[in-house]
Amino acid sequence: MQFFLQNLVNALQWGSFYALIALGYSMVYSILMLFNFAHGDIFMAGAYIGFGVATGLVALASWGAISMPGWLILVLTIIISMFLTSFLGMIVERVGYRPLRGAPRASAAITGLMIGIILETSNLALMGAQRVRFPYLIEGHTYNLGGVFVTNKKIMIVVVSVGLMIALHQFIKRTRWGMAMRAMAFDYVVVPLMGVSINKIAGMTFAIGSALAAVAGILFGVAYPVLDPYMGIVFGWKAFVAAILGGRGSIMGATLAGFLMGFIEIFVAMVFPSTLRDLIAYSIILLILVFRPHGFFGEPYSAKLRL
Amino acid sequence: MAQPTGTVPDQGPTGVLARLGRFFSGAPALAWLLGALLAVILERIWGTPLATLLGLPKVPMLFGCVIALSNPLLIPSAAAYVLLIFALPIAVVTKLAGATANRAAEALMRMPILVTVVVHLGLLFLTLHIWSGISAYRVLTLKLTLIAVIVTMSLNLINGYQGEFSCSHPGFMALGAYGASVFSLLFFVDDKIFGAPLLPAWLGPFLFPVGLIAGGLVASLGALVIAIPSFRTRGDYLAIISLAFMFIVKSLIENLEIVGGPRGLGSQPDWANLPTVFIWAVVALWMINNFVQSTLGGKAVNAVRDDEEAAEAMTVNTRRTKMVNFMFAAFWAGVAGGLFAHVLRYVNPATFGIQKLAEVLAMVYFGGLNSIIGSVVGAVTLSVLSEALRPLEIFKWIIIPLLLILVMIFRPTGLIAFREFNVRKILSPRQNPQREV
Repeated sequence: MQFFLQNLVNALQWGSFYALIALGYSMVYSILMLFNFAHGDIFMAGAYIGFGVATGLVALASWGAISMPGWLILVLTIIISMFLTSFLGMIVERVGYRPLRGAPRASAAITGLMIGIILETSNLALMGAQRVRFPYLIEGHTYNLGGVFVTNKKIMIVVVSVGLMIALHQFIKRTRWGMAMRAMAFDYVVVPLMGVSINKIAGMTFAIGSALAAVAGILFGVAYPVLDPYMGIVFGWKAFVAAILGGRGSIMGATLAGFLMGFIEIFVAMVFPSTLRDLIAYSIILLILVFRPHGFFGEPYSAKLRL
Repeated sequence: MAQPTGTVPDQGPTGVLARLGRFFSGAPALAWLLGALLAVILERIWGTPLATLLGLPKVPMLFGCVIALSNPLLIPSAAAYVLLIFALPIAVVTKLAGATANRAAEALMRMPILVTVVVHLGLLFLTLHIWSGISAYRVLTLKLTLIAVIVTMSLNLINGYQGEFSCSHPGFMALGAYGASVFSLLFFVDDKIFGAPLLPAWLGPFLFPVGLIAGGLVASLGALVIAIPSFRTRGDYLAIISLAFMFIVKSLIENLEIVGGPRGLGSQPDWANLPTVFIWAVVALWMINNFVQSTLGGKAVNAVRDDEEAAEAMTVNTRRTKMVNFMFAAFWAGVAGGLFAHVLRYVNPATFGIQKLAEVLAMVYFGGLNSIIGSVVGAVTLSVLSEALRPLEIFKWIIIPLLLILVMIFRPTGLIAFREFNVRKILSPRQNPQREV
């Protein structure tokens, strides 16, 4: 039981990363009907931007220019990186997706894939092939809750991710911008005719998704402080699968599917040799899709929306 | 054609490319082939002396691109080499032989189409053979390019003709590669995993096609696993299911110790020589082209893509059509995988991952959807480009994606999309447009 609970805690943390990234995929997918294949690499870029900001702030603090505790640096890092990465997301949208608004959707998927490769390569060219270490910002504490070991980092990661997901959910349900996004997801052909600017909504969708990916990147850096340029591929594709698994237009679905992905991976590694992790995880997903072809919360859409 | 009085006859678009196009418009495919053949023979004879004369370290392998990029000082020499060996002879021969070649092509067209095609293909093969005979590097590049052509055409069947987004081609290639490799190793090679050969070695090259077809059938079976669940409904779920399938295949092979696991599988016999790969590429092109022009194949698939309900009403069995198309495409991906394994004589599962997927997708969308000729152009361009830009190291992976983004922005369906591949039209003699006016 303890063993199970311990893995449950680990899975919650692992699933948070997937869920945060999956939200970005899911929003773009529901609003523009596009596969944003660049998103995994935006997550990577977000982690590196966070690394840069955190290193800069730590350096400033150590020179004595400003004195800050570690947690404040982390909070500042998260906020600044969210802004910077959302700009990156908007640039990606502007360069790779907006010129292709009238084109077949698959073409936009290809530009996304290519932008992803460009981001990876630029990172490789800028930072070199060696991995970088994320700065050590907060003191790790381990709490023993009846035999289950929980670190303060794990708690922080899960709390921050769930908090952001709830915030996003509220944003989409309660605000005018959120309403515009929902309307666009319902029908992106007619809604622009009613005066909602598709470009603004698309830009905002990319910005929010990228900001969430940046948070995921920084939290990943806090938990596993080694970053490499290809981390976006590993996480991105799985989060993409999770996003689609959640169902089109469903924040809740993407979140749940992200956590499910984390659970499957952790528990498969618990029972089977870890080399079988991908095999079993994807087989389970394949099975789920066979029985629920539109994902958890998705519904069939009309045939006019096609590649 | 009636021209408005008082104006000069319309010359069509101006510009260097258009003028070049008009200059050579009288030359049929036969003339181009003759020009290319002469150029490669010239290179065979005078390539090395000319390279030494121009101060190049060795004969430029890929039209001087690699030399020019790795040593900018040698750009003039490389350009001069390409001009003297390739551009000039091809241009001169093509222009001069135009009229004769037209008459020859006319005579050829009167014969059965098979004879015409075989003559042209023979010339093409001879050219490629002489061109690649200079180095093993050229042979390898050429073989991999031809394999890329097969894979691209087969993915175009799904992403172009069928209009759905499939990500499973690396998986099909892996199935074909391992299927064909196991066939070869089991029957003809004495190796650690499968033990002594079961059949005499001299039978090997003759049964190689059987192995490749077996690999293709394994890939088709894999396709069936995807096709059954994903073609019940239409939508983007094929993308996800096929992506999951690709990862499953890769992971499965990594965990199968009998085929070497993550270390891969080696020592395939050296059967995939240039003629074999060339013949397979031609057969693939011929069969895929026939398939997409057939009523029950490509036309039905196109009908399903454009309007599934209307197609259903027109008695097209939509589900069967999609499944047949998908499995046919997977078969050719499998054959290409088998060839790939025998060309490199080593495969490992890591080859068939996301990077391969990006590569194949790039070739399909660069060349053009719904078009065989587009696939050939896309595969050849990107294969040669990625070899030619090798000296730029990682910046290659910025330039090629940028190029593809530009193509997508300006021609969202690819360079040569929605074009039928018509052998007769390509090989037929050209009328001089000046005479028509």
